[in-house]
Amino acid sequence: MNRVAERFQELKRAGRKAFIPYIMGGDPDLPRLPRILESLAATGVDLIEVGVPFSDPLADGPVIQAAGQRALRHGCTLTKLLTALKPVASSLPVPLLLMIYYNQIFQRGTARFLEEVKAAGGAGLIIPDLPPEAAGELSRLAADFEISLNFLVAPTSQAERIRMVATASTGFVYTVSVKGVTGAREQLPPELPAFVQRVKTLSPRPVAVGFGIATPDQARMVSRLADGVVVGSAIVQAIAEDTELKKMASLVKALREAI
Amino acid sequence: MAALDELTAAYHKYARTPEFQEELVQLYQTYAGRPTPLYYAERFSRELGKGKIYLKREDLNHTGAHKINNALGQILLAQRMGKRRIIAETGAGQHGVATATVAAKFGLECVVYMGKVDMDRQALNVFRMKLLGAEVRPVTSGSATLKDATNEAIRDWVTNVDDTYYLIGSVVGPHPYPAIVRDFQAVIGRETKAQLQALEGRLPDYVVACVGGGSNALGIFTAFLAEPGVKLVGVEAAGKGLSTEEHAAALSKGKPGILHGAKSYLLSDSDGQVREAYSISAGLDYPGVGPEHSYLKDSGRVEYQAVSDHEALTAFSYLTQTEGIIPALESAHAVAAGMKLARQLAPDEIMVINLSGRGDKDIPTVARVMGVNL
Repeated sequence: MNRVAERFQELKRAGRKAFIPYIMGGDPDLPRLPRILESLAATGVDLIEVGVPFSDPLADGPVIQAAGQRALRHGCTLTKLLTALKPVASSLPVPLLLMIYYNQIFQRGTARFLEEVKAAGGAGLIIPDLPPEAAGELSRLAADFEISLNFLVAPTSQAERIRMVATASTGFVYTVSVKGVTGAREQLPPELPAFVQRVKTLSPRPVAVGFGIATPDQARMVSRLADGVVVGSAIVQAIAEDTELKKMASLVKALREAI
Repeated sequence: MAALDELTAAYHKYARTPEFQEELVQLYQTYAGRPTPLYYAERFSRELGKGKIYLKREDLNHTGAHKINNALGQILLAQRMGKRRIIAETGAGQHGVATATVAAKFGLECVVYMGKVDMDRQALNVFRMKLLGAEVRPVTSGSATLKDATNEAIRDWVTNVDDTYYLIGSVVGPHPYPAIVRDFQAVIGRETKAQLQALEGRLPDYVVACVGGGSNALGIFTAFLAEPGVKLVGVEAAGKGLSTEEHAAALSKGKPGILHGAKSYLLSDSDGQVREAYSISAGLDYPGVGPEHSYLKDSGRVEYQAVSDHEALTAFSYLTQTEGIIPALESAHAVAAGMKLARQLAPDEIMVINLSGRGDKDIPTVARVMGVNL
């Protein structure tokens, strides 16, 4: 079993919900990456999602787009990011997920990419522009490398699709809370509880909800519905506003207490 | 995925019905100005070689280019799907203008995403869209050009999918878009085939068209794909040269990759970042290309060449001065490739060049290159 699925099992046994913060790899810069990851781990987060900066991040809203552009401007590449993750990942008690757009995997070659992710200590992948029906080779190889694939469902997904996506996912089902892109929303959609419940009923895998969740109150509400909560833009924004990371640390602490 | 499934279902349900086709043909004839002429460019032919060169005059369409063919088809679809809001991406502004035009005609709200860099280059088309009642939203992310405008349109679509129709402008993007746009543009090739049959009683030997995303090229090629005697030539923008980084030749110089939900030839670095494309013509300035063109390259059915800014500008002047027809800079790329081919034509050979758009929008660019202050 892969480490992501294992982590969800441990949490289930303990009666707890997963808190999954997202950060943009290489923002504000790569030398600060170990400190960010260690600070998150010390706050007791359960998994960490690291975004790989990309020229055309279709699924991302303005905050994460801007963070990705900063990282690219500072010369962050996939190779450099994996190199920076390697020394810190092995000592980190938290599985790392990469959120990455598919062209980056495709250009590297699937097998080589998985090998490098494995060597860097990565435990799972979230690929927002790759539906499971186009992931044949990746799905086969990822299983060999024990790297989890976590596909996405959206509020527009019908039952049959939710079942298919969940079955193809080997860690959790990434359940997108809103119609649209990443980024804090003042209010989550009123249909969210019913939607998450529907996914839970149809999915044999744990259900983590992301997109739009920014505040401890929202995180608390979602943690009551789902097996895990992803918070991205709010944390990325906190890092951008205070590169000394104090703002991030206090937000993450408040989110942890809420989940 | 649900929105794409909905679109596929609606396309199959409506677009092939006689009622839909009748309405579309009516609009083509009375609104767009179809059929567009197939014009024998006699002087141009004579000066260049021995064969006969015909121009398919898509430049004479309403709004000045082939883009209206697709915009009319898709807006009829949007209407039947009950969508009230139309969004589009645009590079040079021709597709944005075509979309704003049909949205005005059908009384639908229209938002056009356009890269900030392109808005500065094509100020006239920005104002045209505004006059037509569209909102033009500047896109500043990434390289602030067509690919980024496409990103932003897709983000808008997934956010407002309930009431919004994304009217994509070329044979790119996720399935079923490349097929839908090809089908609506295929009228170009069907007409050409029938017109040449009437004029010459035969098929052409060559059909030449420029390729950015590739919609005018697929539009004219599709009718001839099953005619092995017709040589099809697609012409990409070589910009400042294929040996430089500044070109838009995804088929000639790119490699397979994934952008905007499609696998196709792509300009991308080894790290997987999509590169910025460059061409003097904003309409060819896209780092990807329609997936069907990738297939036609690999199968060998279409030969793809690339033409530089300089060659396109030379062709632009040459056609203007020999025929009194000012081509769009995009179409000038096809003209340039046609001029090279013309020298090899035998006296009984016929070439058709798809003149996809008119050059009015490019006058300021050409003046700038010539050092003329307007």
